[in-house]
Amino acid sequence: MPDLPSSGAPRVARVPQRVAVFVPCYVDTLFPEAAQAVVVVLERLGVEVAFPRAQTCCGQMHVNTGYQREALAMVRTFVRAFADAEAVVAPSASCVALVRDHYAHLAARSGDAALERAVADVVPRVRELSEFLVDDLGIEDVGASFPHAVTFHPTCHSVRMLHVGDRPRRLLRQVRGLRLMELPRSDQCCGFGGTFAVKNADTSAAMLADKVADVIGSRAEVLVAADNSCLMHIGGGLSRQRTGVRTMHLAEVLASTEGAGA
Amino acid sequence: MSAEGAARVPLPYLQAASAALQDAQQRRNLATATTTIRAKRAAVTEEMPDWEALRAAGAAIKAHTLANLAHYLERLEASVTAAGGRVHWARDAAEANALVRDLVRATGAREVIKVKSMTTDEIGLNRALAEDGVRAIETDLAELIVQLAGEAPSHILVPAIHKNRAEIRALFVRAFGLAPEALSDDPAELAGAARRYLRERFLDTGIAVSGANFAVAETGSVCVVESEGNGRMCTTLPHTLISVMGIEKVLPRWRDLEVFLQLLPRSSTAERMNPYTSVWTGVHEGDGPRAFHLILLDNGRSRTLADEVGRETLRCIRCSACLNVCPVYERVGGHAYGSVYPGPIGAILNPQLRDEPRDEALPYASTLCGACFEVCPVAIDIPRILVELRHRTVERKRERSPLPVPSAEDAAMQLAAGVFSNHRRYEAAQRMARWGQLPFVRQGALRSLPGPLAGWSVVRDLRPLPRQTFREWWRTRTAAERATSADTGGGDDA
Ligand code: SF4
Repeated sequence: MPDLPSSGAPRVARVPQRVAVFVPCYVDTLFPEAAQAVVVVLERLGVEVAFPRAQTCCGQMHVNTGYQREALAMVRTFVRAFADAEAVVAPSASCVALVRDHYAHLAARSGDAALERAVADVVPRVRELSEFLVDDLGIEDVGASFPHAVTFHPTCHSVRMLHVGDRPRRLLRQVRGLRLMELPRSDQCCGFGGTFAVKNADTSAAMLADKVADVIGSRAEVLVAADNSCLMHIGGGLSRQRTGVRTMHLAEVLASTEGAGA
Repeated sequence: MSAEGAARVPLPYLQAASAALQDAQQRRNLATATTTIRAKRAAVTEEMPDWEALRAAGAAIKAHTLANLAHYLERLEASVTAAGGRVHWARDAAEANALVRDLVRATGAREVIKVKSMTTDEIGLNRALAEDGVRAIETDLAELIVQLAGEAPSHILVPAIHKNRAEIRALFVRAFGLAPEALSDDPAELAGAARRYLRERFLDTGIAVSGANFAVAETGSVCVVESEGNGRMCTTLPHTLISVMGIEKVLPRWRDLEVFLQLLPRSSTAERMNPYTSVWTGVHEGDGPRAFHLILLDNGRSRTLADEVGRETLRCIRCSACLNVCPVYERVGGHAYGSVYPGPIGAILNPQLRDEPRDEALPYASTLCGACFEVCPVAIDIPRILVELRHRTVERKRERSPLPVPSAEDAAMQLAAGVFSNHRRYEAAQRMARWGQLPFVRQGALRSLPGPLAGWSVVRDLRPLPRQTFREWWRTRTAAERATSADTGGGDDA
């Protein structure tokens, strides 16, 4: 786990902003260190962070599996939890994509005009982490140090739904000591796809096998992505095959500083 | 020919996909073919400075046409008739097949030559003609290969994408009655053998059947694009030409072709321009067919058009770019989809056109990676439609269920929704999960999971739940801060 804010890190002179973090349910429960790293990075950059406790889950699994009706409860929870937030920052491209691409029509379908208004109000303030850092704060060098060979998996949702482009790579390039290794066929989907991994287990496994082979081919020590869901899947394969390659969320790398053994 | 002998009952998608994944040769063939075509497509679209504008134009023309479809179809009918052709309307596959059979029967022909066409595959025309003892000969090289092999096409554009050269050579030696040493697996030689066989068919067959890539309402012109020239032979040599076309293929004006004749070849074969573009308008004295029939096929299209979310599907120009980039198609191949329309377009088109129970698995055959949407030349938002069709599948299963109790998945989803609707319930569930996982933790990881999650742990480990969730960490931290400072300002932890 990365250390708490390092005093050695350069302080970026900016007007502190106040943001709320959205910590997706699987990150909260399974990968708390990724969300902690988000807090560390944001606070290091002088941003005041809040965590509205009323938040739970964005509803991605429900929507993407066809349970739109059930997902409505989560849409309501989300907009209520973040109603007052200046900006909502989330370390998951797929959750942000879900909010951006689906909340409006889910709310419209519910026939609840108040919910529709709440969604229209909150959704434009929701940001994926690299979007917030690069676009809103205008920062690429977050003062991190991570002297390891790293390869980056650009997840499908971040590239094709959110169009974050090379923002995560730009952030990684500024990390001291980090060697960015090329991931062959990096644009290929890893095969996670939420319940796809269970419903189409064989196909998912075939895609995973190819991704694991490419990660090994990159000769990196650490595989980094901006979404723990894909990392959970690829990391599960890397671990099962005893490849020795670790997985880390982008935020964890950005939170690492000199002397902090990540 | 066995391909036309009987309608095959395909395996359910998941079984077919699992079986296909075991076929190492096919997986290699598909991976090689799709990787090559992907790179080529990317090159010929990136070189176009106005590619995105072309895509937008393609999408807009199609959207406009679909919004005024009845108008443009009537115009098309009037234009074709004025040019000496005849227009027939077919509600479904049976009506379309009956129309073709009657027209063929009237000429007394025993054979028809065919231009590669998805629509005639969709309605099972070859099989219907076989019932009358009429042989339909595919003249597209790849269609010919799958026809001779007694198989079904596995790709919209490259129907034999699952076969390699050695397999094709063996097939030709058998089908054309050649001496094994007379044919190598050199592509040019293979094409030559097929050409000799086909030339004879072109010369002595009086009736041809085609599909249509586009039809222009304004002029009554019908257009077929192809690479080999066999289509040109079929649309010019025989005395009778029958074209079967889905009603969504109509375009308003002649000049609209300009957009689509750029979008289609670059998206499909990754060519800047396809070698043969045949356009014909009615009939002409002393030139080309003496009789031309255009069959306009509905077969589920008007139902799809009525659907607000699904109607976008009808913009499809069958370029197959979405198949080539699809990671699922690349692994399972085309046959698993159990339809002439495989891949991402098949996953959204079949459930809407056919409405068969077996198609319910198709919208789930995707990781929603979005590669299809990114390349689609008419910008069909395939992931969005997939998600919508999943929603409908869930609702339909509920309606259909004779029992008042939900399925296991449904019950689990309802339970999860209840948990997520309130953070206190969610936090209680987190604590329970930490206890619940204990029997499954082995050497610091979850290596074998129960029930529906078993599919996960066949090839992946799952790390055990950590001792502390993020929100527990946050609370401890905030409490510690409060202890050290009277005023933390962290009043968000309500
Ligand atoms: S859906 Fe789009 S990409 Fe796929 S075949 Fe149709 S036009 Fe081409």
